[in-house]
Amino acid sequence: MNNATNASAAPVARRTIDIVNRSLKRRYRAERRFRFYGFSAIVLSMVFLALLFVNIVGKGYSAFWQTSIRLPIFFDPEVLKRDTLVTADYAALVRESLFKKFPQVEGRQDKRLLTSLVSSGSVYRLRDMVLKDPDLVGKTVEVWLPADDDIDMLIKGYFRRDLPESERRVSDKQIAWIERLEAEGRLETRFNTTFLTAGDSREPELAGIWGAVSGSFFTLMITLALSFPIGVATAVYLEEFAKKSRWTDLIEVNINNLAAVPSIVFGLLGLAIFLNFFGLPRSAPLVGGLVLTLMTLPTIIIASRSALTAVPPSIREAALGVGASKMQMVVHHVLPLALPGMLTGTIIGMARALGESAPLLMIGMVAFIVDIPKGFTDPATVLPVQIYLWADSPERAFVERTSAAIMVLLAFLAAMNAAAIILRKRFERRW
Amino acid sequence: MAPVSLLVVLLVLSTAAYYVGRRKAFAIAGRAEGAVKLHSRPIYHGALTALWCAIPALIIFGFWLVFEAQIITQLVVKDLPASVRSLPPDRLSLVINDIRNLESGSFVSQTANPAMQMAADHYRRLRAISHNALAVITIAFMAAAAVFVRSRIAIGLRARNHVEGILTVVLVACSTIAIFTTIGIILSVLYEAIRFFKVIPVTDFLFGLDWSPQMAIRADQVGSSGAFGAVPVFLGTVLISAIAMLVAVPIGLMSAIYLSEYAGKRLRAVAKPLIEVLAGIPTVVYGFFAALTVAPVIRDWGSLLGLNVASESALAAGLVMGIMIIPFVSSLSDDFINAVPQSLRDGAYSLGATQSETIRRVIVPAAIPGIIGGVLLAVSRAIGETMIVVMAAGLSANLTINPLKAVTTVTVQIVTLLVGDQEFDSPKTLAAFALGLILFIVTLCLNIVALYIVRKYREQYE
Repeated sequence: MNNATNASAAPVARRTIDIVNRSLKRRYRAERRFRFYGFSAIVLSMVFLALLFVNIVGKGYSAFWQTSIRLPIFFDPEVLKRDTLVTADYAALVRESLFKKFPQVEGRQDKRLLTSLVSSGSVYRLRDMVLKDPDLVGKTVEVWLPADDDIDMLIKGYFRRDLPESERRVSDKQIAWIERLEAEGRLETRFNTTFLTAGDSREPELAGIWGAVSGSFFTLMITLALSFPIGVATAVYLEEFAKKSRWTDLIEVNINNLAAVPSIVFGLLGLAIFLNFFGLPRSAPLVGGLVLTLMTLPTIIIASRSALTAVPPSIREAALGVGASKMQMVVHHVLPLALPGMLTGTIIGMARALGESAPLLMIGMVAFIVDIPKGFTDPATVLPVQIYLWADSPERAFVERTSAAIMVLLAFLAAMNAAAIILRKRFERRW
Repeated sequence: MAPVSLLVVLLVLSTAAYYVGRRKAFAIAGRAEGAVKLHSRPIYHGALTALWCAIPALIIFGFWLVFEAQIITQLVVKDLPASVRSLPPDRLSLVINDIRNLESGSFVSQTANPAMQMAADHYRRLRAISHNALAVITIAFMAAAAVFVRSRIAIGLRARNHVEGILTVVLVACSTIAIFTTIGIILSVLYEAIRFFKVIPVTDFLFGLDWSPQMAIRADQVGSSGAFGAVPVFLGTVLISAIAMLVAVPIGLMSAIYLSEYAGKRLRAVAKPLIEVLAGIPTVVYGFFAALTVAPVIRDWGSLLGLNVASESALAAGLVMGIMIIPFVSSLSDDFINAVPQSLRDGAYSLGATQSETIRRVIVPAAIPGIIGGVLLAVSRAIGETMIVVMAAGLSANLTINPLKAVTTVTVQIVTLLVGDQEFDSPKTLAAFALGLILFIVTLCLNIVALYIVRKYREQYE
């Protein structure tokens, strides 16, 4: 039988090998092509990632420096009366100093251009100086004042000086004044502490991220305080106590679905339930924290459950064997072993909550808030929402500030993820 | 006493109660001279006392704060002059808002008249009374509970069983929060959506071709009625999601295949986490990237080719959203490709197939259910994605499938309708909840189908 088929198929077999040999080139080409597609898909993702980072850092690094102008300020006793130090016209001091510096400037319009070199926020700096040291009144002091954001952009090279004057935000005269100040060493770019310590502002040179960072901090505190215990408790119940039933199935289906519900829907929930029904304050970190708790709970529960299942049954059996109750077995033996995994999951959930903005828009955390929040019910905004707000602002100087805020946000996220990785590496146990 | 400091006091008192209970247990055990053993160890007696102190007080605390604002508001409104009280509800709520702002010392929309100032003072007084009453009541409750439990501590008290019983109840309560969240989402969205559908018929909403939700203030203005046909919004969502999937699925799938089948250990160790980084970047960052970098580039290239590209084109938003979704597709596909048994690969190789033929003819078909499930999850993610489209897509609802035009999406509309002034009696605000309902239902269906497929597939090879 075998022989017969072999004999009759002999010429066919030779033809098959021919076909195979002939097609081999094509097939290897297809192989190489396929490999190339796969490799270029990875390269493409890497390129996107690199582009994103280069773009953000390239736009944002300059926001950590700010152009300042050094002016001799005469703290005029005429302007600063003893009892009105807080409300005095500090802008007049700056004006006087500038006019003295450039005595040839005349005409209202030119004078206005000249005063607009210095940020309108310098008055606060002068006021703080005087309030701290009232003896300054009557003296002349050299003070570094922040330059206006347009001047800042010009110095950093974002506005081209060779454009025709009508297409520039900075006029020829202003450029001439700036060049003179530069030549006198009265112009310097210095480290921008305002950006890291101030709240929001309409003026880019006065705007900072500290308000948003503290808002994020308070919001995340609420989220952490609620979602970690509740998440761990749920995971412990489902893994260690509950018998498999309709009820636990329902809970599991709910958790899995909540993990995939769009975040904005949680915002709608927060608006309808927490704000309209319970009457909690708008824009408060308290409400933001509650909404983010509901959002991050599924992540924490799922991570905690897998940490619990990783603990070998022998630990449980040993504990029960020496007479521990079920609760003692869980609390004394299983939980401590599962804790690193749970913490890792929690940190990752927190990192996601830190980057989340859509649900917070719904509960009013987009308001323009200058004051730095001091508690859980003060109006506040969070870092990602601050980024969203600045990205919408038309001023050129806000572009670099937005990018810089993104750099700060990404740094926080990187730190949190690094902590999670270290935790995992350090405490991961193989049984 | 401010609620926050009261909370701290409550926690401190509970800790104290723990020591009270434990000492009592030690005292009893000491008196018995070891002849009779306590049923439970002293820490359980302490824990029992602490739990009995803390839990009722915390429940009172929570309910009190929830209902405090409403009750005080009603009391204040009762004492307002009759002229103010007879205002229509929406004006009255403005007045109440002013009173609250005045009370908390923030800005007010109108100059404060004496009546308002009095009402604000009244409000402040009532709140102070309420907070003090809350402090007195909770602390009294705790003291009573501590004394009661302490008096019950005896040799035979089954303190451990009681504590474990209470803890089990707490665990069960925590696990039901997921269910309550779902119920809360459905109820809140459904309730407002039904109010919306009372004004605008469901069919008009689902099949209408015109979307312009801005309601005019005066009745005689153009377009004063507002139009709520959501088809252009749905189409815009589908368009942007489709562009995103066109980017994400090929790149994600191919990189998953390359990483799991071709790449060496070192490339895998570097590339896999880097791709995951794309998933960890906040969406607001992608939105900024799309709006300020990608959209202008696309417009410039378009004008080089003589095309007229909108500055908020669907292409820019979809492209960047696709980049964001790559890691979802790739990590899920990676899981499923790895789950295909080695024996299938060996079988294909032994028949003389090349590696790519094995992948295309054997592995991918074997993994396809899982991959489809993963893609469906990614689609639901794309539909629900908010910040990228809010920042990079348009606001006007155009009925078009041209990716170079500006379109709007469901999530963009929800955000624009709800950020800023909200009036919960105008269809404009309620429309956001109707859109939210549709969004929730669609993503829920996608998720259920995807999870079902994925689970079925996992069972196949386990």
